[in-house]
Amino acid sequence: MTENILEMRSITKTFPGVKALVDVSLTVERGEIHAICGENGAGKSTLMKVLSGIYPHGTYDGEIIFEGQELNLKNIRDSEHLGIVIIHQELALSPHLSIAENIFLNNEIKSKGLIDWNKTNLEAQKLLAKVGLSEDPNTPVNRIGVGKQQLVEIAKAVSKKVKLLILDEPTAALNDADSEHLLDLLRQFKSQGMTCIIISHKLNEIAAIADKTTIIRDGHVIETLQMQGVALDQERIIKGMVGREMNNRYPARDPKVGAEVFRIEDWTVHHPDDISRVVVDRANLHVNAGEIVGLAGIMGAGRTELARSVFGHSWGAKISGNVFVNGKPANVKNVRSAIDSGIAYSTEDRKRFGLNLIDDIKRNISLASLEKFVKRGLVNDNEEYKVASEYRDSMNIKAPSPNSIVGKLSGGNQQKVVLSQWINVNPEILILDEPTRGIDVGAKYEIYTIIQRLASEGKAVLVISSELPELIGICDRIYAIAEGVITGEVARKDFSPELLMQYMTKAKEDSNV
Amino acid sequence: MSKLKDTFGSEGKLRQRLDGVDLRQNAIFIALVALVAFFSITTPNHASITPDNWSNLVVQNGYILVLAIGMVMIIIAGHIDLSVGSVACFIGAVAGILAVRPLEQSGWGWLPALPWWAAILGAVLVGGLVGMWQGFWVAYIGIPAFIVTLAGMLLFRGLALMTLQNTNIGPFPDNYRAIGNGFVDKENTLGTSLGIENYNATALVITAVGILALLLQSFATRRGRIKYRQAVEPRTWFFVKNAILAVMVGYVGVQLSRANGIPWTLVLLTFLIVVYTVIMKKTTFGRHIYAIGGNLHAAVLSGINVRRVNFWLFVNMGGLAALSGILISARMNSAVPKAGDGFELDAISSVFIGGAAVQGGVGTVTGSIVGGMIQGVLGNGMNLNSVGSDFQMTIKGLVLLLAVAFDVWSKRRTK
Repeated sequence: MTENILEMRSITKTFPGVKALVDVSLTVERGEIHAICGENGAGKSTLMKVLSGIYPHGTYDGEIIFEGQELNLKNIRDSEHLGIVIIHQELALSPHLSIAENIFLNNEIKSKGLIDWNKTNLEAQKLLAKVGLSEDPNTPVNRIGVGKQQLVEIAKAVSKKVKLLILDEPTAALNDADSEHLLDLLRQFKSQGMTCIIISHKLNEIAAIADKTTIIRDGHVIETLQMQGVALDQERIIKGMVGREMNNRYPARDPKVGAEVFRIEDWTVHHPDDISRVVVDRANLHVNAGEIVGLAGIMGAGRTELARSVFGHSWGAKISGNVFVNGKPANVKNVRSAIDSGIAYSTEDRKRFGLNLIDDIKRNISLASLEKFVKRGLVNDNEEYKVASEYRDSMNIKAPSPNSIVGKLSGGNQQKVVLSQWINVNPEILILDEPTRGIDVGAKYEIYTIIQRLASEGKAVLVISSELPELIGICDRIYAIAEGVITGEVARKDFSPELLMQYMTKAKEDSNV
Repeated sequence: MSKLKDTFGSEGKLRQRLDGVDLRQNAIFIALVALVAFFSITTPNHASITPDNWSNLVVQNGYILVLAIGMVMIIIAGHIDLSVGSVACFIGAVAGILAVRPLEQSGWGWLPALPWWAAILGAVLVGGLVGMWQGFWVAYIGIPAFIVTLAGMLLFRGLALMTLQNTNIGPFPDNYRAIGNGFVDKENTLGTSLGIENYNATALVITAVGILALLLQSFATRRGRIKYRQAVEPRTWFFVKNAILAVMVGYVGVQLSRANGIPWTLVLLTFLIVVYTVIMKKTTFGRHIYAIGGNLHAAVLSGINVRRVNFWLFVNMGGLAALSGILISARMNSAVPKAGDGFELDAISSVFIGGAAVQGGVGTVTGSIVGGMIQGVLGNGMNLNSVGSDFQMTIKGLVLLLAVAFDVWSKRRTK
C-alpha cells in the first residue's frame, strides 16, 4: 500500500566555502505528513530549495525521484508544473491585489485572451471554501490577517493541483487559533491523499501532526523518526538537533560580575501591523556590569522585537513596561534618548539597518556619536580619522584605510565597524543582535574576544543569537524566549543545549509565567 | 594574452599613482574646461570668452546655481523638489509688493514700500515659511516629496499669479537691482585713483584675495591631514592641481575686471558655496543628510532625528528659492508671472550632472555648481553659435542622460 512519492538520494549542495548539504537522503511516502527539524542554518531551507527547483538541476549532486521519475528542474515553474508547491515563511502575496487575483497570479483564467473575472471569482470562492476561509475573494490581501493570508497561499497551491505541499515554518507568525486551524486543514488534506512536508521548530505541533520526522543538523541527516502511535520523544529530537561537538571555538572566560546595570520590567510589545498580536509578553530580565547575558530563541520568538522596542521604540506598537539603567528609570521613547540613557543596540541585519554602505569606515563609526567630534560647531574629520584608525587596530578591521568604503568590506569586518560604532557611544549596556550572523569562523572568534573584552571593562552585554553553542560558549547566563514569553533563565553551571532547547520550544500553554 | 595582462598591469600602476585622487569629481570639472575651450574656438570672433560674456555667464546662471545648492542637499537626503521655480516666482512677487509699491487696487494700499534690504529680508522669511509648509508635509505627515512639491509647483505658481494680479511689478529700487545686475565698484574708482583705466582694480584685488584664500585653505587642509597621518594626494598632483585652479580663477577674475568688474551675484554665490560646502562637510546637520540618504534605517537606529532634518532641509530650500527669486526679479527689474518657469528642472539636472545619485546619499555642492556651469556654458555657447532652441533642448537632454550614464558606468566598473 505504501508508495514513495519522493526520494531524494545523496543530495550534496556546496556554496563557496560551505557545504550546506552533505549526502542528504529523504524519503517521503504518498499521503504522509513529514516534518523536518533542525536549528537555524542546519540546511532545511536549502534542501527545500533544491526540491522546488530554486537551485536548479546541476547545481547540486545527487538525484531526486518524484513519482517514479527523475527530476530535472530548471526553475520553480517546473516544480509547480509537477505539483510540488512550496510556501515560504515570508508570504509571497501582493498586498494590494485581491484574494482572487493573488490566487490566480501568473495562472490567470482567460477566455479569448482576456481575464474572465466571473470565472476567476467563482473558482476562488470554491478554493476558499476548501481551505475554510470565509472572505470575499475581492478583498485585498493586506486587509486580512497573517493567518488568513497563509490560507490564501494554501488556496493558491491547491489551485495549482498540488501533490506535494511544502510549508516552511507555517505557524511561526500565527496566533494559537490560526495555527490550530492550519493544522486541522493539513489533516483534512492528508485524508484526501495529499502529501505534505512541514518545516517547524515547534515540537508540540510536530507531535500533533507529523507521521515522520527527519532531523537535520549541519547539513547532515541525523535520523528519521517514526511518529505514528509512538509517544513523542522530544528529548530525542532536541538531542538530535543540537548534539554537536563543542570544541575550542570560544575564548576562555573569567567573569567579574558587578552591580546591576540594566533591567526591564513587564515589557510588553504589540505588532505594529496587527495591534492585537502580542509579540513580547511581560518580559522581565536584567544584566549586571561585566556580565554577558544571552537571549536564546528561535527566529520569530520576539528576540529582535524585544531589543528594538527597548532601543528607542524603534519597533512595535502599544509598548508598555519599564526600563532601568543603573537603577534609574530610562527614557527610551526615541532612539536618541535611549542612546543618551546608555543603551546601544547593534542590529541583526547590518546591511539593511546598521551601515551606510556607500560611505567610509570613519564616518560609519562616528555616526551615532558625532557630537563628540564637534569643535566650535564643526565636525573635526581628522579626529574622526584618528579614532577610526584606533578602532581599526584594536578591532583588527581588515581595510586599507579608515577612508575605505564599508560596502567593500567582508561581513566580519563590517560587523566590526558596527561594533566600533556602538562602542564609541560608550554605553552602559550593549545589546548585540546576532553579532556573528553570516561571518566566517575566524571572524566569529574575534567578535567573541571583543565581547569578552567589553565585559571585562565592566560593560553589561546582552547577546541575542539563534546559535545555542555560541551562547553557551560565551555567556554567563542565558534567558530563553518563546513566542514572546521569557520561558526560562539558566545560569552558566546549568547550561545544556537540551535544557535551553526545551525552554525555547515551550508553547505558550505550558509556560505559566 | 600577455598583452592583455600588460594592459591590466599598467592600469593597476596608474590606479596606484592616482590613489587618493577623486577621478569622478575631476572628470566633470575637466568636461567643463573642455566645453569652454570648445566654444572659445567655435564661436565667431571667440565671443564666448570675451570679458562681457564671462560677466553674462555669471549673472545669467546665478539663480539656477543658487537653486542647485539647495537641490543637491534635498537630493542627497533622497528627496526631490519640483516646486522651486514656482516658489522663486512667488517670492519675486512678494519682494515686488514689499519693495516697489503696494497694489492699491487689491487692498495693499496701507502698506508703505519698504527699504530694499528690508524687502529682501522679508522675502527670504516668506521663502522660509514656504519651506516650512512643504517640510511639514514631507517630514511630519510622511507624504513623498515628489507629491508635496508637485502640488507646491501648482500651488505657489497660483499664489504668485494672485499676488501679481496678472501684471508685472517693477521697477525695483537701484540697490535691489544691483544684486542681479550690479557690479562691485562698477565706476572703477579704485582703478582711476591708481591710474589703471582698462582693468577694474577692485575686481583684481578681490580675485587676488580669493586665490590666496583658496590656496591657504588647500594647504591648511593638507597639513591637517598629514599631521593626522592621513593619506593625501601625491605632492606633485597637489601642486599642479592648485596651480591650475589658481590660474583659472585668476583668468576669470582678470576677464571680469576688463568688463564691469565682479558682479554682486558672484559675491553672493561665492559666499553661499563656501557656507554650504562647510555645512555639508563639517556640520552634524550636513553629515546627517548624507546618512539619511545613504541608509535611512541605519540613520534612524543611530539616533538621528530624521523628521527634524527633513523639515529643516525644506525650510533651507525655501530660503534659497527665495534668494533665487530675488536674483531673477532684480535682473529683470520686475516681478513677472512667468519667472522661474522650468527652473526646477535646470536645478535638478545640474545636481545630477554634478554627480549626485538618484538613490540619494551621494553628491556635493561644488559638483552641482560645476554641473550647473556645464549647462550654462552649453546654452550660452550654443546661443553664440546661433543654434536654434530645438537643437539646444535636444542636446541638453542628451548631456544629462550621458552624464548620468557615465556615472552609472564608472560605478559599475569599480565594483
